[in-house]
Amino acid sequence: MAERAEVSAARLEAPRLGLVDRIRAAAMRHEPIRGYALLSPTMVWMLVALAVPLAILVTLSFWTQNYLDFDRTFSFNNYIVYFEKPIYLKLLIKSVKISGAVTLATVLLAYPAAYFIAFKVKKNKLMWLILITVPFWTSYLLRVFAWKVVLGFNGVINSGLITLGVIDAPLEFILYNPTAVVITLAHAWAAFAILPIYVSLEKIDRSLLEAAADLGEGPIMSFLRVTLPLSMPGIIASSLLVFIPTTGDYVTPNLVGGPTGIMIGNIVASLFGKANNWPLGAATAVMSMFFITLVVCAFLWFTKQVRERVA
Amino acid sequence: MSDEHIISIQGVSKEFAGVKAVNDVDLGIRRGEFFSLLGPSGCGKTTLLRMLAGFESPTRGEIFIDEQAMSAIPPHQRPVNMVFQSYAIFPHLDVRGNIAFGMRKSGLSKSEVNARVEEMLEMIKLPGYASRGATQLSGGERQRVALARALIKEPKVLLLDEPLGALDKKLREQMQLELRALQKRVGITFVFVTHDQEEALTMSDRVAVMSKGRVLQVEGPMGLYERPTTRFVADFIGTMNFFGGTVREAANGTASIDAGPLGQVRAATQDEAFTVGAEIVVAIRPEKLRLTFEAPGPAVNVAEGRMGPAAYLGDRSHLYVHLTGRDEPVAVAMQNEGRSAVGIDQTDQPVWLSWADDAIVLLPDE
Ligand SMILES: Nc1ncnc2c1ncn2[C@@H]1O[C@H](COP(=O)(O)OP(=O)(O)OP(=O)(O)O)[C@@H](O)[C@H]1O
Ligand SMILES: [Mg+2]
Repeated sequence: MAERAEVSAARLEAPRLGLVDRIRAAAMRHEPIRGYALLSPTMVWMLVALAVPLAILVTLSFWTQNYLDFDRTFSFNNYIVYFEKPIYLKLLIKSVKISGAVTLATVLLAYPAAYFIAFKVKKNKLMWLILITVPFWTSYLLRVFAWKVVLGFNGVINSGLITLGVIDAPLEFILYNPTAVVITLAHAWAAFAILPIYVSLEKIDRSLLEAAADLGEGPIMSFLRVTLPLSMPGIIASSLLVFIPTTGDYVTPNLVGGPTGIMIGNIVASLFGKANNWPLGAATAVMSMFFITLVVCAFLWFTKQVRERVA
Repeated sequence: MSDEHIISIQGVSKEFAGVKAVNDVDLGIRRGEFFSLLGPSGCGKTTLLRMLAGFESPTRGEIFIDEQAMSAIPPHQRPVNMVFQSYAIFPHLDVRGNIAFGMRKSGLSKSEVNARVEEMLEMIKLPGYASRGATQLSGGERQRVALARALIKEPKVLLLDEPLGALDKKLREQMQLELRALQKRVGITFVFVTHDQEEALTMSDRVAVMSKGRVLQVEGPMGLYERPTTRFVADFIGTMNFFGGTVREAANGTASIDAGPLGQVRAATQDEAFTVGAEIVVAIRPEKLRLTFEAPGPAVNVAEGRMGPAAYLGDRSHLYVHLTGRDEPVAVAMQNEGRSAVGIDQTDQPVWLSWADDAIVLLPDE
């Protein structure tokens, strides 16, 4: 057996090598093929972990729940329910508003931090970047609970303010409402916003800022005319990185949102859980994805317009 | 400080963490001249230029521009503009946006600014480039845009940090001529940094040669080439043969020197007072030596030697001649007038070198 394999291998060697070489040469010549070859592990993983579940989700959304099993006949019923009951769209819009606020707050908080590390820190930049990730060494849940402790009725802020005599009774508006959700999420996602902005700021050629100064612009105008536009890719990346996942978040609204801070993720979770209506849950999730895609496209279109207007 | 100087640099030093990048420099730059800072890499040219622009502040000393002390004036308020070594073209703006960048506070309307931009594009010979993206420009085009962007501000002084460094030789030579012509046309003072001595000599009215943070000599191109005052300058500009010598006689501005293999030479002593018995350096350029295969007449300065290797350079050849009593061969430049170069394949032949009295430069021994 081994012998025969050797013989056939020897016989096949010349033409097979030629073929391999030819394929390799073709692959080297065509940029796209090389690109796909490099991407293929990622693509396979994406296919398995993203496309397949997505396909299942979409299929599921056209089925109907029958107590314990599914009625597999194709139907738009879930979507009809989705649009007939105002709660779904209302919650979706509220979720988009909340995570929009989260995105804004996060980017506004992240930008100065990223700016500081990129421009003012001369030594040990890596240490600063690692410091930023320190909160992530604890669990997400723990951090949300920590905020609950900080913002709570008898929490750090309230008891602190009472001890200082600033207020007489605990403030009630800081926990169990959308503001608490925004505060908690903005903190939770800060590092994800800082890093892309930091990278885009770090990439800016320092001589461009000197050129701006040389051409008569003071620090503020140099920032607005050079630094800010050149860091736009980082801002956009950060915004998407924060906006997309937070819209569907359900842990934070569940723990600190109270009745008014509920988001669409909570509905989806309960439909897949207590309410036990997977198909409607799937339809709600599909609509959320669709809506978020629309918002993101509108956002990208808008930033493109702004950049073209400025240029 | 005299009125003819638009820039006056007085006792300026700059230290970086113990390194003296610029060391006690005094310099006056005249109104409307093309002034070059020339020196080897790391000698402090960029640092000095950046202090003029305001990006570095002197550790000691003061810079005056148009009679005004600059120490308290930030870069964006100085009456100078700079063309950066890397050009620093704004990548997010098109050519028009780049050139018009500094015009925001000019008080001109948008259409007036656009008209000025068109004028500048005309001047830098890039008409129709206004809406090109900054990333779609070649090196030479970027360089011109950087120039236009600075010149549109009509600065009192234009600072240029090796603006031709990234260009190929042909384009470089063309840009040298264009830049020089442009400077004469606009009449703005140019301070030009380069480490290329040929470039400095062809373009400048005056050149300051720097070494290790110090300015060694400030002169016009011809003075610098013909009358260097230090061995460093003589060596850095062009090619030079050096001989050790001892002063035998000195009177009335001429000296008689015992220069070893060259024998007794006579030369004009410049401002320097050479005392009898002092060790000095005798220098002579390759093209000032005449090479013959027979002994010349007795009246001239002559040294005898043997032909060594030769380097063919196209228009001329550098021949190396071994003089008795000297290890290092002496370089002699020969114009290649005929088709066959002199001195090639004539190794070891006896030759004679002769020179005129005024060909010799005397330098202090360092
Ligand atoms: N920011 C800085 N920090 C520390 N040292 C510096 C700094 N800038 C320059 N130097 C040092 O100062 C000296 C002069 O530098 P400079 O850039 O002025 O040289 P240069 O003449 O422009 O050289 P080149 O022709 O290579 O551009 C160098 O030894 C350099 O290492
Ligand atoms: Mg330099």
